[in-house]
Parts: sequence; structure tokens; C-alpha cells
Amino acid sequence: MSHEATLHGHELHEHHDTFLTKYVFSQDHKMIAKQFLITGMVWAVLGGLMSVLFRLQLGYPDASFPWLESILGKWAKGGQITPEAYYALVTTHGTVLVFFVLTAGLSGTFANFLIPLQVGARDMASPFMNMLSYWFFLAASVVMLSSMFVETGPFSGGWTAYPPLSALGDASPGSKTGMDLWIIAMALFVVSSLLGGLNYIATILNMRTKGMSMTRLPLTIWALFFTAVLGVLSFPVLLSGLILLIFDRNFGTSFYLSDIFVNGVGALSNEGGSAILYQHLFWFLGHPEVYIILLPAMGMVSEIMSINSRKPIFGYMAMLGSLFAIAALAFLVWAHHMFVTGLNPFLGSIFVLLTLLIAVPSAIKVFNWLTTLWRGNIRFTPAMLFAIGFVSLFISGGLTGIWLGNAALDIHLHDTYFVIAHFHIVMGVASMFGMFAGVYHWFPKMYGRYLNNSLGYIHFWVTMAGAYLIFWPMHYEGLAGMPRRYFDFSIWESFKQFAELNRFISTVSMIVFAVQILFLINFFYSIFKGRKVTTTNPWEANTLEWTTPINPGHGNWPGEIPEVHRWAYDYGKDGKDFIPQDVPVGADESSH
Amino acid sequence: MSLYLSIAIIVLIFVVIFQIAKASEYVSILKGEEASRKQNNKINGFLMIVFLVLGFVGVYVCNEYLYDKTLLPQGAASVQGEKVDQMLWITLIITGIVFVITQVLLFWFAYKYQESDNRKAFFFAHSTKLELIWTAIPAITLTVLVIFGLRNWFFFTGEPPKNAMVVEVTGKQFGWIFRYPGHDNIFGKKYYKNIDPATNSVGIIWDDKYAQDDILTEQTMYVVKGQPVKLIIGSRDVVHDVGLSHFRLKMDAVPGIPTTMWFTPKYTTKEMKEKTGNPNFAYEISCDQMCGNGHYSMKGIIEVVDQEEYDLWLAKQKPQYFTAFPEEAAKAADGEAKPSAAPVVTDSTATAKK
Repeated sequence: MSHEATLHGHELHEHHDTFLTKYVFSQDHKMIAKQFLITGMVWAVLGGLMSVLFRLQLGYPDASFPWLESILGKWAKGGQITPEAYYALVTTHGTVLVFFVLTAGLSGTFANFLIPLQVGARDMASPFMNMLSYWFFLAASVVMLSSMFVETGPFSGGWTAYPPLSALGDASPGSKTGMDLWIIAMALFVVSSLLGGLNYIATILNMRTKGMSMTRLPLTIWALFFTAVLGVLSFPVLLSGLILLIFDRNFGTSFYLSDIFVNGVGALSNEGGSAILYQHLFWFLGHPEVYIILLPAMGMVSEIMSINSRKPIFGYMAMLGSLFAIAALAFLVWAHHMFVTGLNPFLGSIFVLLTLLIAVPSAIKVFNWLTTLWRGNIRFTPAMLFAIGFVSLFISGGLTGIWLGNAALDIHLHDTYFVIAHFHIVMGVASMFGMFAGVYHWFPKMYGRYLNNSLGYIHFWVTMAGAYLIFWPMHYEGLAGMPRRYFDFSIWESFKQFAELNRFISTVSMIVFAVQILFLINFFYSIFKGRKVTTTNPWEANTLEWTTPINPGHGNWPGEIPEVHRWAYDYGKDGKDFIPQDVPVGADESSH
Repeated sequence: MSLYLSIAIIVLIFVVIFQIAKASEYVSILKGEEASRKQNNKINGFLMIVFLVLGFVGVYVCNEYLYDKTLLPQGAASVQGEKVDQMLWITLIITGIVFVITQVLLFWFAYKYQESDNRKAFFFAHSTKLELIWTAIPAITLTVLVIFGLRNWFFFTGEPPKNAMVVEVTGKQFGWIFRYPGHDNIFGKKYYKNIDPATNSVGIIWDDKYAQDDILTEQTMYVVKGQPVKLIIGSRDVVHDVGLSHFRLKMDAVPGIPTTMWFTPKYTTKEMKEKTGNPNFAYEISCDQMCGNGHYSMKGIIEVVDQEEYDLWLAKQKPQYFTAFPEEAAKAADGEAKPSAAPVVTDSTATAKK
């Protein structure tokens, strides 16, 4: 453990670190991970708060809350949120949660934190690019945040930003300056995610330690690898779509515009464009994006389940194969978001087939997780609870995907609350659970302290029950055809019977939000005052990050990087509770 | 005042929970990590079963309260809708079975295999046979659902029967415009630059010989019970969506790209009022694609009537051409029987809350 050995492995000289280079312009992947995590958490709180505000409107459409006006001013005249504000909140909630929290906050955090630690590398392939990735994300965040404060309001046309609504400032005030800022923020975000993704791929492929063959990688790394590949291949398509949108908005082109007459303005000169073209470009990212959000959670859940069941993950190769299948199919199903756009019915039928095909690898994953639990010796750490919760939610939300993926049912359920229930359960809450599981599990490695267990248990059970109480009843609203993105249902004979239910859902959502605050308190308190970790391997896990010191410096291992001799899942093998990856294979055991 | 009070109460609750959590951490340190872990395992394992049981009770209660509020008990109002409902039930049964089995296994395993000193985890890394079984079963089930779904899909998106009446639906911020082809049964050509909100809301080219008998209405569309109706859907400004929840169909309205949808209504509005026991029942057209700040108020109505009533209604409509050119209407009135003076166009944008 000599100081020389520390310097031997990498060129970065820790003793030159100032506050600025250690905490702000850090090139240490662990610090960058924490930056992503905390920025993501700030956005999660803001995004959650937005949902509480618009749920307030949905639950109490007739009530007036004077304090709202004192906070929001003209956006809540008379204590009631205006439609403009409602749509801005819904849109920003979606954008922020999908991209800033569940993409940057999730894979930004855990890809950065875990890839070098679990493959046995001192840092990312390009630490500088990695730092840039975070700063582009922060820039995107700042621009997105600033769009909240422009005169005409932030963009309010839904997170999918379909033109012509998003292209025409005259069609909606939110499509004026707010939309320009939204596009700029998203463009910066794409840059951030590409810089990150290239780095993750390069690191995983090139910087594995001796003995770490691809099939010995923990499933977290495989999941993060596929996530990065998806991002690198699909985000540029979104960027190109957005660039065309900028042209249509500002330079008079007609990529997405044709035959338009705007009330109060008159006929526009644009002819020959296709509004549907944007939807193809958007969903070519948009669908892989779902898996960009989901795969890291799947990887972490696999890892955490195996560790806490004290059993190998069941069917490592099948898990790997299904990850690959999901990643490949992710590119071939985008048009299932567009069944009711007038898509060619034959093309639609192909997308039905490919979409429902995804259920097969998903089913394999679920059954393999169940078998991992079977005859295990389960320790209910908060991380494990969230992992189990993830599987439960993934089942519930995944099954409704079979409904929506079938075009003949989608033609009824499309854009109703059924869809809201489906994607919040399977993608939103489930991935959030994966993220929580990851935070509870790797917090000791991040900060050298534990999160408070009891608070973790309360956090889990309330969130789990709350998630189902909020989203389960929405299926029924969807079955009544109740449309998404409605500010008020009171004029609708077909939908107003749910007023009481909406109030119930809103109340539960506020309680669940409050419990997330409890988690935040736990998080920040524990960073400074949590129970100290006293052993390098508190969860008795096999992967390499637990061979580093309790508080690893830049470079991760003070001495040589350990050599890997086996896969990551030798739990309960030959009567031994666990055998870390760096333990050489004994003469009497078979290696993996 | 009550706001500050409730904030104070919430903060107080947080402080209490936090202090209890801190205290329990100290207790667990005193007891030793091993012992406290075992205790936590017992509690959480038990809660797993509690959650499973309460979860199913919750599903039952939810069903009791909400089933009647969905559209399922009243049944679908179109031939297409009945097929959708049938498929919905089949899908519900199949996914429901999978749901129950997997959730029970998940929580039951979690409870049953919680840490115990008497048991060692079973080293079980893979089994090709098992994995093949649970690849094959979902694949077969899904094939059935796909075949079934695609048959319906091609029926829904296929050509309507020859006797179908045709109505053109145009979405605009925030209302619906309907055009009937008139006596010649052919729509006159239109061009969006001809749009005049007052007299020519869809931009009909008046010189076209098929155009002069076209009828325009707003807000309410009349169709005939039992007769297939084909909608030619378009939009004047942004993307809208013709959402017909009672008929279980919807289709986007895209500027510049016409889409179509057809259905056969099975019950008149009057019959549905009796069937649902709701005197206010209406076939509402909801806009199902985010279209701006008035999206939530973009409502249209479909009146399903029998042939007789429809003919009466149609006779009262006068071609839009006469509204656009009142002098032509006067000429026509001189020459032929005078058309009635029913008001044809009302501006629906006024209904959108500002």
C-alpha cells in the first residue's frame, strides 16, 4: 500500500487536488457519478413537485389555493393553476423525469460509478470526456430550468414535442421562447449522453482487468453496456429530428409543416412537409429510450438479488441473451407509439409482432429473477426490497404492455390513462426502484457510511404501496377512455365520474412525495453522520468494487488491480457463502 | 394559516420518524449487526406476505368501486367496439393468470426463503430445460394474441362496406368541423389557403362542381344507426385525434395527411341513454392528442339516430355555398323550393375556457 504504488497505476496526482479539481471539475469517475446523482436528485424533486402541483389541479379542480398564486403568480391566478401552467408542468415533468432523472441520473450515476470499479479499471477510458459529459448535462439542466422563467412560459406541448404544435409559436404560447430553450437543453443533453456513452463502451471493451473476460462481467456492466450502445445509436436521431424542428421554427423550412391555418394568424405558406416524419424520428429514439431507462435498473436488480439471496443469478447466459434481445428489438418497435397516426396497416402489423416479441425476453428475465429467489437465503436490505419491488412493478407494467402493443387494443386505449398507468409502472416507478436499490446498495461504497435502515424500510413500503395505489386505479380510467393531458374533466359526461378517484390518487401522490423527502433527509444526513462502514465488503459480495479500500481514492486500488479468476456469482458454491471474483480457483472446484 | 399548520405537522412527523429511525439504529448497534439483521428479515418477510394479501384485497376493492365506471358494463356501441371488448377480455384473462402466478411466487418466495440458520442457499446456476419452457410458453401465448389481434386490426383498418356513408372530420384548435358531401355524394376539392373561419372553415374550392352542395356543421355530427360510416380525418392546424371511446376507436387528425376510420354504430343516442340509465349520455368525441391549451375542452358530439330522423335532419341543412354567397342562396330560392334557414355554423372556439 505504498504511495508509490498509488502513482504507479495512473498519472493523476491526487496530492495536487484542490477543492475545485476534487469536487467541481473532477475527473474521478466516482465524483462524477455523485455529481450526476445529486443533480438527478435535484431534478427528481423538482419533477416530483411538478407532478404534485398538477395532481392538485386534477384532484381538486374546483378548489382555490391562495398560496399557489403567491408562489406561481400569473400561472395560478385566483389560486388555481391555469391550463397554460398545467400543460407546462405536465410537459416539464415528463421531459425532466425521462431524460434528466432516469437517463442522466440513473445511467449517468451508475455507469460512471460501477463500470471502472466492477471491470477493474482505475478510471474511465477518457476521464476528461467524462467530466465534459457531466458539464454538458449541467448546462442542459440550466437551460431547461431557465425556460421556466421566460415571459411566455416553458414548452407546454407534451414531452414528445410533436410538431406542428411545437413548431408554431402562434399555436401555443409555450411553443415560443420556451420551446427554443427546450430544444437547446435537449441538444446539450444529447451531447452529454453521447460523450458518456462512448466512454462507457470504450471502458467496458478495453479496460477490463486481467482475467475479466466478457462472460465474467457482472450483469450490471452488461446492462450498462447495452444501455450505452442504445444511447449512442439512437440519441443522434433525436438530435437530427430536433435540428429539423429548429429549421421549421426559425428558418421557414417545411420538414414537418403542411396545409396549416392558425386561428388568428391565417394560412401559413409551408407545404409538403409531414408532421408524422417527426414522430418517426422521435420514437426511433423514444422507444430505445425506454430501455435506456430500464436496462440499468434490470442490471442492478439482478446483481442485488443475487447477492442478497446468497445464490448465483439464475441463468446468467439467458439473462445476457435476453438483455441483448431486448436491446436489439428496442430498435424495431418504435412505430407502436404511432398505431393511430394513420400508419400503413401492414406496417402496423409488423410492429405488433415485433413489439409482442419483446415480451419473451422480458418473461425470461422475470422467471429467472423468481428462480434466483427460490431456495435462497434472503437478506432484506432496503436495496433488496427495492429490487423485489422492481420485479413486482415490472411484471404489472410489463403485462399491460401486451395490451397496448396489440394495435387492435391500442386503437381504444391509446393516449388514455391506461397508457399513463402502464408506462409509469413499468418504466417510471420500476426504474426509480432500480435507482433506489442502487443507491441503498452502493451508498457505503460512495460515502463510506450506511444509509439508515429503518428509514429505508419506511421509504420502501410506503413508496411501494403508494405506487400501486396511484397507478393501479388509472387502468380503470383508461378503460373508460379517459384521455391523457386533460386539464379538467368536468365538462365531459364520459369521464367526470372519476372526480372522487382523482382526488384519492392526488392525495396518495402527495404522501408518496413526502416520503421521498424522508429519503432525501436520510441521504444527506447519512453522507455526513451515517453509521460508518467498518469492513471493505459489507454485503459480502463478489464483485471487484468491494476489494477497494472503504474510501477509495482516485485510481480506486492503492496497489495492483486485482486479477479476476471467476464469474461474479459464486454464492453458495461448494458450501461456501461467497467467493469473490479475485479468489483463484481451487483445485477441486470448477471455474466459471 | 391552515397551510402553515399542516406544514408544521408534517415537519413534526418527519422529526419523530427520523428520531425513531436513529434510535433503532443505535439499538441495532448494541444488539449486534447479525441479530438486528435477523429481526429486520423477520419483519420484512412478514410484510411481504401482508403486502401480497392486501394487494389482492385492494384489487378486489378497486374492482368493486371502479368496474361500473368503466365502459365495460355498458358494452361497446359499435360492431368494431364489440370485437375490441372481446379481445380485451381474452387479453385480460391471459395476462391476469400470469400476473397472479408471478406475483404470488415473487412474494411467497421472498417470505419463504428469508434468511434462516437452518438452511443453506441452493447453488442453482442454470437449467436449460426450465429456460426453454419459459421461453416457449410466452412465445406460444403471444402468437395466439398476435393472430387474434391482427385479424381485428386488419378488419378495423380495412375498407368499409360499399354502403358506408362518408363524413369528413376536420380538427382545429379547439373544436371539430364536419363536412357532408351533399346530394352528389362527392366532396368538393379543398385547399387550405381558401380557409375563411367565418364562411369557409375547411377551405372548399367553390369553383369545383362537387363543392356547391357540401354541407358544413360544427360540434355535432349525425350518423345513422346500423349504417357503416367512414370518416375522412384531417386537421387545420396541429395534430388532433378523433377519440371515440364508446365505439372503442380513435384516429389522429394530421394537417396535410388525411387519415380514415370507419365504424358501424349499433345503438342510437336515445337507446344508449336508456341502456346506461343516464339521461345526459352523449357519444362524445374527445381530442386525444395534445393540441394546445384548450385540448381538454375540445369536445364534439356524435348523434346516432335512425334513418328517419337523419333524413329529417339532413333536409334542414343548407349547403355551405349559400352561407358563403347569400346572393346565390336568394337566386336558388327564387328558382326552386326554398331551403330552410337553420343556423349551420356555430363557432366552437368560444366554448374553450380561456
